[in-house]
Amino acid sequence: MAARRPLARSIAAHAVLILYTLIALFPVFVIVINSFKSRRAIFAEPLALPTADSFDLVGYRTVLAQGDFVLYFQNSMIVTLVSLFLVLLFGAMAAFALSEYRFRGNSLVGLYLALGIMIPIRLGTVAILQLMVASGLVNTLTALILVYTAQGLPLAVFILSEFMRGVSDDLKNAGRIDGLSEYRIFFRLVLPLVRPAMATVAVFTMIPIWNDLWFPLILAPSEATKTLTLGSQVFIGQFVTNWNAVLAALSLAILPVLVLYLIFSRQLIRGITAGAVK
Amino acid sequence: MSARRPFRWHIVVFLAPAVLIYTAIMILPLFGTLNLSLMAREGGERVFVGLRNFGVLFGDPRWSASFWNALGNNAWFFLVHMLVQNPIGVALAALLSSPRLRMAAFYRTAIFIPTILSFVVVGFVWKLILSPIWGIAPGMLDAVGLRWLFAPWLGREETALTTLALISVWQFVGIPMMLIYAALLSIPDEVIEAAEMDGITGWSQFWKIKLPLILPAIGIISVLTFVGNFNAFDLIYVSQGALAGPNGATDILGTFLYRTFFGFQLQLGDPHMGATIATAMFGIILVGVCLYLFAIQTRLRRYQF
Repeated sequence: MAARRPLARSIAAHAVLILYTLIALFPVFVIVINSFKSRRAIFAEPLALPTADSFDLVGYRTVLAQGDFVLYFQNSMIVTLVSLFLVLLFGAMAAFALSEYRFRGNSLVGLYLALGIMIPIRLGTVAILQLMVASGLVNTLTALILVYTAQGLPLAVFILSEFMRGVSDDLKNAGRIDGLSEYRIFFRLVLPLVRPAMATVAVFTMIPIWNDLWFPLILAPSEATKTLTLGSQVFIGQFVTNWNAVLAALSLAILPVLVLYLIFSRQLIRGITAGAVK
Repeated sequence: MSARRPFRWHIVVFLAPAVLIYTAIMILPLFGTLNLSLMAREGGERVFVGLRNFGVLFGDPRWSASFWNALGNNAWFFLVHMLVQNPIGVALAALLSSPRLRMAAFYRTAIFIPTILSFVVVGFVWKLILSPIWGIAPGMLDAVGLRWLFAPWLGREETALTTLALISVWQFVGIPMMLIYAALLSIPDEVIEAAEMDGITGWSQFWKIKLPLILPAIGIISVLTFVGNFNAFDLIYVSQGALAGPNGATDILGTFLYRTFFGFQLQLGDPHMGATIATAMFGIILVGVCLYLFAIQTRLRRYQF
């Protein structure tokens, strides 16, 4: 590098990045450490790590006794995983049709599906609620799954069809000569090849579904169908003066996502920068 | 399609599930909402009233005061994102993409963490940290001798909205960072090397060479920010409630829509006015996106390598 003082420059870069990393992580850190402390210690020494003296799990006990967090967690898992599966399957199928075959209306269908990337599905809420009431799906997880599938499809089709254009034609034609049906070519040849793109789409689809508050609040607010996000919002609203319980509930909401993110972060970052590095 | 070829059913099979679900749950309700906004309930009957609801929303003082307040707040919310979130995102990405930076993967992973958290978590976490009762924020300001700066920012009309916008910036700065980072990585080495041959390095290299090349990415981020902000709801609802207090100071279009549609306290929900607000939001987002597509994107210079 032609820079005059590369060392000073690199120290400055690290300093800025470390500062911002602290800003990004500090609030999460404070909440998690305080969730393991007694009420007195939370207020006396909010920035201290829990010690043998101040360690207390009373918050977690309250949360697990009062809120049905296991059920909420299960609901969130079902909704997220089923929607994710449907988005990936239907999205990949549509993307394959759009990228593989030439037919009349191809670009029109592509454009139609891409509309949803820019227009938020929330604007249709009034009519979606009426639709769900009419079909008796209010307060069911099915309602949420349908909405999230529709919400995730546009971006999935868009990203996956970009990737599928890159799958070699020779390979697919070789499959056709070997007598594979179009369905087999899709499931056996193409899907395994676009797995990295599927992972990207999966992460981008999953985060907004897991974190959404709007649709659970409107379409499925009953006790049996609360998602973790809605459940913790309601719980914290009720226990607002019980600091131990609030901090524990927040930590319980943070940790699963954090663990999943740390597992998939390599995949996610590779996906985001895929266009750049390929 | 040539007539000789048999009809290719598999295309239909591949497309049908996505198109059907998308049409039924997304497109039709959107039109249903547009349609509802042209109706009103009169004497138990639903009647067509044309654009009267919009006249009420924009002109009737009972509605228009809230609407213009929410729109103004929303515009400020968006402006804060554009002025704070995107420059910080670009700066972090520029630092991260500098060659031979160690621990880049660690910084990237850590700075993106707030983005994966839910609004519920983010809203409450900051509410607790900024709370005068707990005293983390005043305590920390005290440590650096800035105690006098502290105020219950979320509780004051003048500062609540800006504070919430900055919290949202804290949460989402990872997205511009990642997208710009990807754009910076895609600049070919030859371009950078040529610039270095000509003696353009460091800051001037960033401003003269890299920034023009990542302008399209910045444009896309601006549109995503615009759509996200004019559709925001969760953070305000979680930290300030549906009334978006104090005194409506943090009311944005999303919370206004929620209150109108579902009602709150003594006011009954009104699906028709709710649909009218949703349609107005639809119009605002559509205008913004079109403005970008036709006025800005077509003028951005693109470079092929």
